[in-house]
Amino acid sequence: MTSSGYFLTHLWLIPLFPLVSTAVMYFFGRRLSKEAVNLFCVGSVFLSFLHALGAVLRLFTLPATQRTYQQILFEWVTPGSMPTSMGLVNFVADWGYLLDPLSSVMVIVVTLVGFLIHVYSIGYMANEDGYYRFFGYLNFFMFSMLTLVLANNLLLLFAGWEGVGLCSYLLIGFYFLKKSAADAGKKAFLVNRIGDVGFLLGLLLVAATFGTVRFTSQGLGDPAAFSGIVQSLGSMVAQHVLSYGSPVFTAMALLLFVGAAGISAQIPLHVWLPDAMEGPTPVSALIHAATMVAAGVYMVARMSAIYQLTPVAMDIVALVGAATAIFAATLAVVQSDIKKVLAYSTVSQLGNMFLALGVGAFAAGIFHLMTHAFFQALLFLAAGSIIHSLSGEQDIRKMGGLRYTIPVTSVPFIFATLAITGVPGLSGFFSEHEILAHAFNRHIMLDRYLALWAVGIVTTGLTALYMFRLLFEIFYGRSRLPIKMEGHIHESPKTMTVPLMILTFFSIVSGWLALPILWGEESPFERFLEPSLRGVETDTGTISLGRHTLLAEHGLMAALVAFVALGFWLAYKLYLDNPKLHTKLAESWPRLRNLLVHKYYVDEIYDSLFVNRIKDLSTALSFFDAKVIDGLGVDGAGWLAHVSSRIAMWLDKWVVEALVNMLGWFPKFLSMPVRMFQTGVFSAYAVFILIGLAILLGYYGHHVQAFVRTLH
Amino acid sequence: MMPIGHYLFLSLALFLIGAIGVISRRNVIIVLMSIELILNAVNINLVAFSRYFGDIAGQVFALFIIADAAAEAAVGLGIIIAFFRNRETVLADEMDLLKW
Repeated sequence: MTSSGYFLTHLWLIPLFPLVSTAVMYFFGRRLSKEAVNLFCVGSVFLSFLHALGAVLRLFTLPATQRTYQQILFEWVTPGSMPTSMGLVNFVADWGYLLDPLSSVMVIVVTLVGFLIHVYSIGYMANEDGYYRFFGYLNFFMFSMLTLVLANNLLLLFAGWEGVGLCSYLLIGFYFLKKSAADAGKKAFLVNRIGDVGFLLGLLLVAATFGTVRFTSQGLGDPAAFSGIVQSLGSMVAQHVLSYGSPVFTAMALLLFVGAAGISAQIPLHVWLPDAMEGPTPVSALIHAATMVAAGVYMVARMSAIYQLTPVAMDIVALVGAATAIFAATLAVVQSDIKKVLAYSTVSQLGNMFLALGVGAFAAGIFHLMTHAFFQALLFLAAGSIIHSLSGEQDIRKMGGLRYTIPVTSVPFIFATLAITGVPGLSGFFSEHEILAHAFNRHIMLDRYLALWAVGIVTTGLTALYMFRLLFEIFYGRSRLPIKMEGHIHESPKTMTVPLMILTFFSIVSGWLALPILWGEESPFERFLEPSLRGVETDTGTISLGRHTLLAEHGLMAALVAFVALGFWLAYKLYLDNPKLHTKLAESWPRLRNLLVHKYYVDEIYDSLFVNRIKDLSTALSFFDAKVIDGLGVDGAGWLAHVSSRIAMWLDKWVVEALVNMLGWFPKFLSMPVRMFQTGVFSAYAVFILIGLAILLGYYGHHVQAFVRTLH
Repeated sequence: MMPIGHYLFLSLALFLIGAIGVISRRNVIIVLMSIELILNAVNINLVAFSRYFGDIAGQVFALFIIADAAAEAAVGLGIIIAFFRNRETVLADEMDLLKW
């Protein structure tokens, strides 16, 4: 790690650019012009992308064993010594960044897709109010997401995790004057918090067990001074303190998985993601398809060392993933809102990723995460472009034949559909094949049923069915648009279509990183990730997966292609060849249709089980508040104060004031005779003067007489 | 030359008329006029004694008092008008604000 180069030593700049731009938006955004907002927000993400690219390329030039760069900026949380299962440990969580193969995949995906979506947003949000607010939130999301993926410890990852949750809430409720948008934001936030409780408990259990939350001590100057989870885990297993299948691993893994299921919308916490489509479409693409919802997958892969030691938790992860995948895929078939279809498709693909993680194919899960980020973001952005072209129409029943009117949008959409369904040659084919092959493998090795693989491959068929249905309904067939709207259709601006083209490129080629599996070699992508996902070598070693024979590999591919073709054929028959067929089909099974249209009544069940019970509790509490706290407590205290003040007032008036009045009354009584003369009427005063004069004259009368006598 | 007693009796009469007027009349303007009578009684006294003692100072004093009476009448009437504006009355028994 001596010659790290500019990009690696400046790793901390990658999350900092969007943070600075967020601060600018927060303090000055209102006064900036749109051009200035674009410069700051899109520019900062572009700089992040360049730095991420530089750092990852630098990492790539290093030998495979040294591809871990870790950088501690400062000690962040230092609560002091903490009792753990290993005795007193001086616990430290630092603010540090870690770049290894796993996080380098994530950082490239996040910054590249993030940058393209920022550019796209310039066109999409051009006429919206709160332009700077939108970009400020988006940049804060970039900061949080980059903190999440680059964090070198679980606590900092959790901080980023909460940051993206907050941005998700803010951006789903971006049109907060609309009640449904505000409600959807709240729902997403609350459901995610349920998951976070699990994550937090898991984090605490990790900290208490290993005495550290740092992922690894690799890449630090003195590995002995900084212990990491992987190293701590390794020494504990080596000393037989804990071993393969210890209950504490299962507890940790399951608690962390609750958090992952929350943010990645897995059963039973999947309910928020379809509602999250209330947000602007670039948000759906960036947060609710490409990056944030994949954070759960990333976190589980990051903690793979623990998961590998607990077969029970792994099976639960795989089961939940497979169940979510097929469950969401069936729902996507009946939705008529273009964004809702894509939302369920995202949930389904995330289920696929968890299936991969659960069968021990962590690299395949991350591979699918990457390809999915490209084609799902592309699908959402193309859908946004369609919605933009149709001035806000989202109902696919009112579209049709659009490939002639908006060809520039239709081509990327077609490629994205081919990629997600798993048509050979495009990215989705490779990543889905990897997942299914590992699911197949795992069950052979553990000598169980092929249920997971079967569910996975049926999901693939369903994916083909609903995606081709979407494609046919939107772009093919006759136009079902209202006549007056026909003339208003317009192609989206360049800022929107160019990102679509770039994403189309990546949707096609990103799968080629696994090309050598076609002739029976190991996928280079998996080899690149291997140092991050190796985990702890144990003597049990159950998870080590050998490759299939080339024949089995090709057989599995053929099965995948067969199911995709079946889905395509069904979609073609039902929606393009004979459009009346699917309505007839729906009418012949009304109960099944109702079940699907109402999303298996999950929202209703949650309402009656939890939401309404909490409302009942609130009503009871509000009654208690009104009657007991307000009635007895507050009003009682008020009544008491009133009565005591009445008594005090009486005392004041008749005792204190009476004494004072007495003091005043005494001189008043004494002065009574004098006061009688002060009538106020001046005639009376004149009379008194005359009386006084007469008295004086009478008193001095002899002098007057003597004087008068002298006058003669 | 007339004996001084006549003058003094005239003066006394005028004074008594004025004093009775001041005491008994309700209208403040008439009270003011009565005060003028009292002042004139004083003037007659002063002039009479001035002649009697052959000293001119008494007559000068009388002239001062005439000027003073004019000033007093002006100020007094001014006060009455101001009072009337406030209280709408010029009757002496309704002017009792000086009371305790």
